[in-house]
Amino acid sequence: MARILRLQKSDARIEGKPRSLIDFIDKHLNWFTLGPALVMMLMLTAYPFINLIWMAVSTITFEQASEVWTFTPVRNFQDLLSDEIFRIALWNTIVFSVVSVSVEIVLGLGLAILVSSITRFKGVVRTALIIPILMPPIAIGSMWSLMYGFDFGVINQMLGYIGIAPLNWLGSTSLALMSVIIVDVWHWTPFVFLILFASVEGLPRDVIEAARVDGAGNRAILFKIIIPLLKPAIFVALLFRSILAFKVFDEVFLLTSGGPGTSTEVVSLHLYKVFFVQNEMGYGALLSIAIICATVAFLWVGKCAGSALKEN
Amino acid sequence: MLALRGYSRLIGYALLGLGVAIIIAPFLWISLQSFKFEIDILQGSWIFNPTLTNYTDVLYSRRSDFPVNIWNSLVVATVSTIFVLIIGTLAAYSLSRLKWNKYIAGGFLGWTLLFNMISPLTLIGPWYLIFREVGLSESLTALVLIHITLHMPMTIWLMMSYFNEVPKDIEDAAMMDGCRRIDVFWKIALPLVKPGLIAAGVLSFVFSWNEFAAALNLTSMDTATVPVAIARFAQQYEIQYGQMASASVLSTIPALFLMFFGQRFVVQGLTMGAVK
Repeated sequence: MARILRLQKSDARIEGKPRSLIDFIDKHLNWFTLGPALVMMLMLTAYPFINLIWMAVSTITFEQASEVWTFTPVRNFQDLLSDEIFRIALWNTIVFSVVSVSVEIVLGLGLAILVSSITRFKGVVRTALIIPILMPPIAIGSMWSLMYGFDFGVINQMLGYIGIAPLNWLGSTSLALMSVIIVDVWHWTPFVFLILFASVEGLPRDVIEAARVDGAGNRAILFKIIIPLLKPAIFVALLFRSILAFKVFDEVFLLTSGGPGTSTEVVSLHLYKVFFVQNEMGYGALLSIAIICATVAFLWVGKCAGSALKEN
Repeated sequence: MLALRGYSRLIGYALLGLGVAIIIAPFLWISLQSFKFEIDILQGSWIFNPTLTNYTDVLYSRRSDFPVNIWNSLVVATVSTIFVLIIGTLAAYSLSRLKWNKYIAGGFLGWTLLFNMISPLTLIGPWYLIFREVGLSESLTALVLIHITLHMPMTIWLMMSYFNEVPKDIEDAAMMDGCRRIDVFWKIALPLVKPGLIAAGVLSFVFSWNEFAAALNLTSMDTATVPVAIARFAQQYEIQYGQMASASVLSTIPALFLMFFGQRFVVQGLTMGAVK
């Protein structure tokens, strides 16, 4: 009986007569489910993006409550071409990303293989390593800026114990970028570890056992089996990390604010300053577009390099 | 994986211990600072009289805005998580199971990926002007909307990989028995992806709680969130190191809570998308 009723119900749907609101929603379920996300993304990413293009050719000044837009495409482009700081920031960002991501991959890979080779404490290690990933980056910045402190920071204190003169970690032009990279390595190596560890644990154990029976040593197993099998996962970790590294803002903002001079100026920090310190909305928009292009180019180069690596 | 025996085993454990120590030490050190008087911090003393002044100053002092900041952060993180879960899960189901024109689906997914790659600061200028235009400038609503947008790509991709794991046969069988698509979604698919919902929920809550760049530029004194407040501690003319330390420690509470109670979901969420 119930079956017949259901059949009748579905007949009604075939004839295209929705019986209720729910049936109507069901009929157009694809639009009802993707719709909200589509609207959000159109309103808050696509529309602002179009706005960005429009802003990029204008100069916007604030007069009391209203904005005044003037059309000045040439001036904005000239600003971009003569923006020395942007070039420095781009270079710093690239150096920062390449160095920190490479170090993180090496350390994370080593740690993942090490943890998978031991029998005890796996849970403890994993728990400890999750802390930095979930902590607010700004808290990490404030933590490390206290630790880097020249007079009373724990790092200089430790150096003092082994007889090394205190270093001006954040205040010297030659050291500041490295100090920021160290913080980033501390922050994100655990993330690389998590991704790689999941893959190491998923490797076929029988292959490795077979190799061992055939007389392969640890070194051969590591370089001939484990690392080649991990290449796809390493590639993914590389990509994820490069994306995040290129966006870096929070820690640098708190640790050095780009200083001393321009030695740790990164692109997002420069963008923030143009938008909200110099209040240049129009030029800032052009800079945003330039940065988006730079990001895509950087990731594309990275992806090509990664694929080449994966193949050989 | 490797067979560590004898000395190499010892070295392995030592390296691991060192690694874990390096990860935990900064956190322990800053917790220590948060219980010190300012003078002990500046002297770098290891032996000191522990005090709760920093915490009471940050939480109860009349000059401190920190309780307001915590409230703002809680509101923004909770509301944006609820909305991003609803909107993102629906979209993920739609893209993984329902019929779509491949250009719309591909375009949408490609766009979310691209948006996820670029720094949110590149769009902060237009956001600022748009919210000014519609009268939402410096409001929590604006920040909630931005956080929903920021964490939508992650939620969609994560939930899609969970929905793809649900066997299609179950859904087809239910449809054969007369279930409507919407019932299949509600009664079969959704209960099966509950672990995914929890993973996506905790991650987007924590990321929203931690988010700084948008919060810095889209909030004012009254609507500032916790990270913005911490940055302000560091930029005062005379930095209150003790208060900065205790505020930082307080800001990590959600992370610590998750580490102890939701670890499984966090690890699943962080690695699920990546391993595939």
